[in-house]
Amino acid sequence: MNWASINEQTEELQRRATHVRRRSRHLWRRLALLGAVLGPGLITSNVDNDAGGISTYSLAGAQFGYALLWSLIPMTIALYVTEEMCARMAVVTGKGLSDLIREEFGFRPTFFVMVAGFLVDLGNVVAEFAGVASAVSIFGISRYIAVPLAGLVVWVLVLRGTYRQVEKVFLALCSFYLAYVFSAILAHPNWLDAARHTVIPTVQFNSSYLLMVTALVGTTIAPWQFFYLQAGFVEKRVGARQYPQARADVIAGSVSCMAIVFFIIVCTGATLYASGHRNIADAADAAKALVPLAGRWASLLFAFGLLNASLFAASILPLSTAHVICEGLGFEAGIDRKFKEAPIFYWLYTILIVVGGGLILIPRAPLWRILVLSQVANGIWLPIVLIFMILLINRRELMGDHVNSPTFNVIAWVTSGAMIALTLVLIYFGLFHPSAATGGL
Amino acid sequence: MLHATEVLGGEAYDAQGNFVGRVSELFIEPAEQPNRVARYLLGRGKYLPLLARHDQVSSVAPGMLKLNVDESKLEHFHPNEAWLAVRKDLLDQQIIDTRGRKVVRVNDVDLAEQRTNGTVELRVTDVDVGLPGATRRLLQGLASPAVIRRIQEKLPARTIRWEFVNLIEPDPLRRVKLRITHDKLEKMHPADLADIMEEISPAERQAIIASLDEESAAQALAELDARLTSQIVEKLSPEKAADIIEEMDPDKAADVLANLPPETSQEVIGELQGEEAREVEALLSFDEHSAGGMMTTEFVYVGETATRADVVDWVRRRDEINPENLDTIFLIDGNAKFSGDVAVGRLLLAGDDEPLVLLKSEPVVSVTPDAKEKEVFTLFDKYNLRTLAVVDVSGRPVGAITVDDVITRLRTRWQ
Repeated sequence: MNWASINEQTEELQRRATHVRRRSRHLWRRLALLGAVLGPGLITSNVDNDAGGISTYSLAGAQFGYALLWSLIPMTIALYVTEEMCARMAVVTGKGLSDLIREEFGFRPTFFVMVAGFLVDLGNVVAEFAGVASAVSIFGISRYIAVPLAGLVVWVLVLRGTYRQVEKVFLALCSFYLAYVFSAILAHPNWLDAARHTVIPTVQFNSSYLLMVTALVGTTIAPWQFFYLQAGFVEKRVGARQYPQARADVIAGSVSCMAIVFFIIVCTGATLYASGHRNIADAADAAKALVPLAGRWASLLFAFGLLNASLFAASILPLSTAHVICEGLGFEAGIDRKFKEAPIFYWLYTILIVVGGGLILIPRAPLWRILVLSQVANGIWLPIVLIFMILLINRRELMGDHVNSPTFNVIAWVTSGAMIALTLVLIYFGLFHPSAATGGL
Repeated sequence: MLHATEVLGGEAYDAQGNFVGRVSELFIEPAEQPNRVARYLLGRGKYLPLLARHDQVSSVAPGMLKLNVDESKLEHFHPNEAWLAVRKDLLDQQIIDTRGRKVVRVNDVDLAEQRTNGTVELRVTDVDVGLPGATRRLLQGLASPAVIRRIQEKLPARTIRWEFVNLIEPDPLRRVKLRITHDKLEKMHPADLADIMEEISPAERQAIIASLDEESAAQALAELDARLTSQIVEKLSPEKAADIIEEMDPDKAADVLANLPPETSQEVIGELQGEEAREVEALLSFDEHSAGGMMTTEFVYVGETATRADVVDWVRRRDEINPENLDTIFLIDGNAKFSGDVAVGRLLLAGDDEPLVLLKSEPVVSVTPDAKEKEVFTLFDKYNLRTLAVVDVSGRPVGAITVDDVITRLRTRWQ
């Protein structure tokens, strides 16, 4: 009695069923693979539509109607090109962005990138909690209840779950952005007009228009998202073979992100702009002003979208920041680790949430000033990060044949240049015409 | 003690006291001495850089290097792959701390001075991965060295002795030239090694697997998550992949192969030896979520009438049996059908002449290869099993499911 004979008998039985099963398994595996890779790009781009973003987009619609819709197409391209660079770096090197900055540029530049990142992101976290506060005010809930609760939910969600579970929650949340699509439909816009404005640019040369363009770009392409995106792909262990799926993910993310922006602008453009309610201060204002124009449902959906966006970004921003700092300085990082294994990572994460949320709870805190500052800080930091990225991705010893194509380089440099110019505009108005700058929130 | 970043950037003067250039790199020649700074690269702006040998240096202090020869005695610089560059290859890079069993990033390199008649040699003693090194890097040039030293003394040190540093060099040729071996990694527990592999980049991972012996590579791969394992195996040559997979348990091997693209998987199976190829292919044919997909084809079975003495004697002579994994022995009756199993613990306590059939665990449990994963979990839970027999339609044992496989499955499900 031996092995081989037992084996031969069972083998005969198995062989019949094998073929069919194997094929179906491969199909499933392919789908599962796509699902496994799909994620970082989609999540990152959608977190882009955060509290500051939604406020800016609704203001753009309320103040200029459809006149700014044309900027969405170049912004989608810039978003895709810059995000794809990060995805490519992740796939080729298997390292995070701050890891690469550290290895290629040394300790001191890394340190400054990290300190700047921490401060800028802290400002952004405050903005997200401010978004939570204004969204719940529409539902009639006090911010003193909602903000601490939101902070706790976010903190527990990330700390008590593993990365995959957390990401599933986030992905599910992405679908709630459809709230804006319904809001826009309920507002009965003139779709033909909107489409025309998307393709044909209408440029105005006045300060409030320029300021709004600056704010749009600044809020759509945020520096932290590059770090988060790259870390996401690295942590998912996306290899060269899955690069096409990774790129599909980035495309899906950029396009869906901008599609939501489109609907927000159309929604407020069709209602607030058309009826002359052009003086709103933020997204919550927009939601309130929507009630008589598009009905209570549109307003509630709008507010719900804002709440979701703020929570979503509030859970990702502190995470991204903690990652960046730990990677660069060489501390252990990642939510796959336990508290004891990566204490600094978790402390940074906690501080960002507690301080970010806590500032909102100070009575009469100058929220809008913090928000303007955080946006200016984003704008200043973005070109610096972009320049690091462009330098890295063009290093042949690092990227091999995957260095940037000339087209990508042109688009990336133009984006950086445009960001520097636009940021200077924003700083100019921030310093000399502060009243105009608040409109750019 | 000196630090590499204090020496780097320092001014170099020759025996006459003339300024030569600035120290821009320190080279170690591992082929000669594993820890000695063998050459100093002196950058001279627009002029070609010069190299000072270790025996041409008379003193080294932070920011200052003195030579005991004239500038004209120094050689010109030609890049050499066999030299380890402290700034380029070590500073800010990741290394493996083989004693702490983790991947860390180098903030600075600590050097000890060794004086021998008129020359000073620097020897690498530790790498600094903690706050003192970080502070030094940050403040250098902004505060005086004395101030920096005072600050860093107050910070908790985190250093790794040079002997326990394992460099990660993706380029195999350079690795040989630099005499980087991975024998310290081979001695690590495979689970620790797997953790390290997860920390580093794909190229570095590949490099480590390629340089480990097949057995260590197989053990480490078995501990890694499935996606990572298939990524690594896919990039190996089919021969090397087959060599490593042969060292794995058949069920692990089947899991790895199942995750590869079909063409690659066929290629690797083609390279496997006859017996192994058959076993692995048989396992591959089962649905991943059935008992057949979970089982290994390596198990120990004996006739039920055998006595304890016979069995112990027989097991001792079997080299292929790994005593660490042996906790259950299957029994077969006269018709080669599965008739029960015996826990090794009971065997240990039994008398020499006792036949195994009397030591059998009750009740006798087994499953068929097409049993659902969930059924298997239930049986393990209900009867507190460590090993479960898998039998074919005629009742013959074809495989065994062990409790560690069950735990792995449950864990992935739960995640």
